[in-house]
Amino acid sequence: MKLIGGYTEEMRRSIDNVNKTRNKRRDQIIADLTMEDRKIVLDQFHPDYNPKYKRNISWGPNKGDNVPNEVADVLESYPIINPNDIDLNQIDYDVGVLIIGAGGAGTNAVLWAKYSDVPKKDILLVTKLRFGDCNSVMAQGGIQAADRLEDNPYIHYLDAIGGGHFENKPELVKALVGDAPKVIKWHKELGVNYDCDDDGNFVEVPGGGTSRNRMHCAKDYTGMEIFRTLKDEAINQGIPYLEFSPAIELLTDDSGRVTGAILYNIETKRYFVVRARVVVMATGGFGRLHVGGFATTNHYGATMDGVVMAYRAGAKLRDLDSTQFHPTGAAYPEQIVGLLVTEKVRSLGGQVLGKDGIQICYPLEPRDVEAASLIKICTTTHNYIETPTGMRGIWLDSPLIEELKGKGTIQQNLSAMYRMFKRFDIDITMDPILVYPTLHYQNGGVDLDSNCYSSIKGLLIAGEVSGGVHGKNRLMGNSLLEINVFGRRAGITAAKEYRKNSIPRKLTLNHVHNTMKALDALNLKPKKYAPIILPEYRSEVVKDRLIQLYEQLS
Amino acid sequence: MSKTKSETKQSAEPEKVRIYIMGSRYDVPTGLTIMKAMEYAGFKITRGAGCRAGFCGACSTVYRKAGDFRIYAALACQTPVEDGMVLTQLPFVPAPKPKYKIDDLRPSANSILRYYPEVARCLSCNACTRVCPQEINVMNYIQDCLHGKLAKAAEESFDCVQCGLCTIRCPAEIPQYHVAMLARRLHGKYNIPTPKYLEIRVKELEDGKYEEGFQELMTIDKKKLKERYTTRDFMDQKKGGGDE
Repeated sequence: MKLIGGYTEEMRRSIDNVNKTRNKRRDQIIADLTMEDRKIVLDQFHPDYNPKYKRNISWGPNKGDNVPNEVADVLESYPIINPNDIDLNQIDYDVGVLIIGAGGAGTNAVLWAKYSDVPKKDILLVTKLRFGDCNSVMAQGGIQAADRLEDNPYIHYLDAIGGGHFENKPELVKALVGDAPKVIKWHKELGVNYDCDDDGNFVEVPGGGTSRNRMHCAKDYTGMEIFRTLKDEAINQGIPYLEFSPAIELLTDDSGRVTGAILYNIETKRYFVVRARVVVMATGGFGRLHVGGFATTNHYGATMDGVVMAYRAGAKLRDLDSTQFHPTGAAYPEQIVGLLVTEKVRSLGGQVLGKDGIQICYPLEPRDVEAASLIKICTTTHNYIETPTGMRGIWLDSPLIEELKGKGTIQQNLSAMYRMFKRFDIDITMDPILVYPTLHYQNGGVDLDSNCYSSIKGLLIAGEVSGGVHGKNRLMGNSLLEINVFGRRAGITAAKEYRKNSIPRKLTLNHVHNTMKALDALNLKPKKYAPIILPEYRSEVVKDRLIQLYEQLS
Repeated sequence: MSKTKSETKQSAEPEKVRIYIMGSRYDVPTGLTIMKAMEYAGFKITRGAGCRAGFCGACSTVYRKAGDFRIYAALACQTPVEDGMVLTQLPFVPAPKPKYKIDDLRPSANSILRYYPEVARCLSCNACTRVCPQEINVMNYIQDCLHGKLAKAAEESFDCVQCGLCTIRCPAEIPQYHVAMLARRLHGKYNIPTPKYLEIRVKELEDGKYEEGFQELMTIDKKKLKERYTTRDFMDQKKGGGDE
């Protein structure tokens, strides 16, 4: 197939329309939707509102809750271990604070546990892949904090709770927005390089659903810049960590209090027993479940393990009926379909356009509304662009940014995006980007309060694994904020619990036995197993002809 | 969701290219990334995949092409396979990071040299720059560090994903990506100013200035809250994307 600057000839014809209309559109503003119109487009086109993709959970603390099928599948899965085969008498790691997940929330938690005087030998950070293989490093656009004089935490509160359809837990939203400026100040002290203008003020841009410019950014590597600084600091602090060793079940005592976890070394395949006075669950989200068959922006290990482990131990969940589809995932080229095209492209002025080069909606609606609006065009009109593999997409007019903000703006502020497309011969300073919504974020999760306590003793929660902070829809820039606010709070609470609790006397897998009994009674077929740990992407050709030597499949 | 892939365009047998993964031959569909090609061939990746989107540096890969003496480096998740490619992943780099207290350091070349004296051994051979999958001018920022130009080093190294390929290639045995981390932290902490308004807002929050208002927002009924939301003013936007 002949490609010109990365695009096919047919796509080029539509790009001509985009180029032709650009001058006229330059200052054109499409009105955003009213609350009533938002509801209509969501009801008709957002996957969350389509009963076909959902069912009720059949057992446990949230029995009856309506969630995506993929989520119900995981919650109704059998454990991957036989609890009778695990020897709990030999304790491999005996610690005060166990933190599961070395992403943004977990790394904040270890640092703040240490700052709150937990001795480093009494902290253990464990993670599935490498320290820092997490969604936090992939967050491009920014982090919200209401720090400018013309902004204040109340306005941030309203933006967040309205964006979440007023279903967020108020105490969590207060914590989120009230801690935000403190988080930025702490980052500055650690040496995070936030973008500043010549007067020494932060560059702050808007996001979908925000009424002030409060998105602090570090080019379009914001998450990476924050995370690598936190990780560097955690290593400087000498905090012990284990990589390639995900938790696969929690441990509880006779009263149901969480007292540790079973880890599994995914390279050697042996297990380890950890005893802990308090456990922080910070395992991230569920993008790799490919809810609704969508491609995802998420990292390789985002398989909802933390939610299912906590659920088996009796923790309450909330808001898992709601899934975030990011409006702008890459729809072309095929190699990067589903990867994130940061909202910052729209923050800087990029418009969304149909095949005819005309704007289809206000570009900075809250994410669920924006995503539904794009899906609407691609499924009910002919005003979409079709790729050679049959994928439908909408244009995101990146060259307009350079018209509005000057030549060089893209390479300076969107260097990751520029590089990603350049690798496939597309120059986003000259040509628009083809986008379609992509699975981005687990809005709900394990219930928590503002000090990160879950509904069960001994278990704290922080980050994407949690539910309640964002209600039914998260705004851009509130997840990088969440991991810092609640990771920090979890670390401080963990230190308190560490001092309060004595060394647990008993380690059991009672809750795992109980899970199996409850599932047996349901007689579900086929049996499924979780935590999933890593998704399966090997081809059918190979999977059909596998032989497992030495090991039995469970 | 209605279908976004039209079935008419799915061809039965995709075109294949021949690649060699650590020397073994595999025929894989054309157009796949190196990472997806390895999975197609049957590798269940544990090391060598992280974000799968070019941000984490877990999937460093080195390869040669048919009839070409050069050695190439790339991120497996961001690079399509080519016919005749001979490749291996390098998912780990042995480069321990020294510990330091950032509060006790000054933004100077001496701070860098204290922890990374090997920076002074740089031969200016440029092997690091040539291997960088992010096309960063690695040698330049190492030289900037040596001369205490931390602002330049921070800017040049900013897009580093810490894959470590530079460190593997360096004949002077410099762990460039760790050096860059220290340079950026020193620059961010000591050279980039902190706006006054941030300090003011933090002080206000610590003094409890917003407590009463928060209590009100958290307890008013939903109808009133919705009204506040829909009538809130938009100060910066509706001008085509914010005015920084």
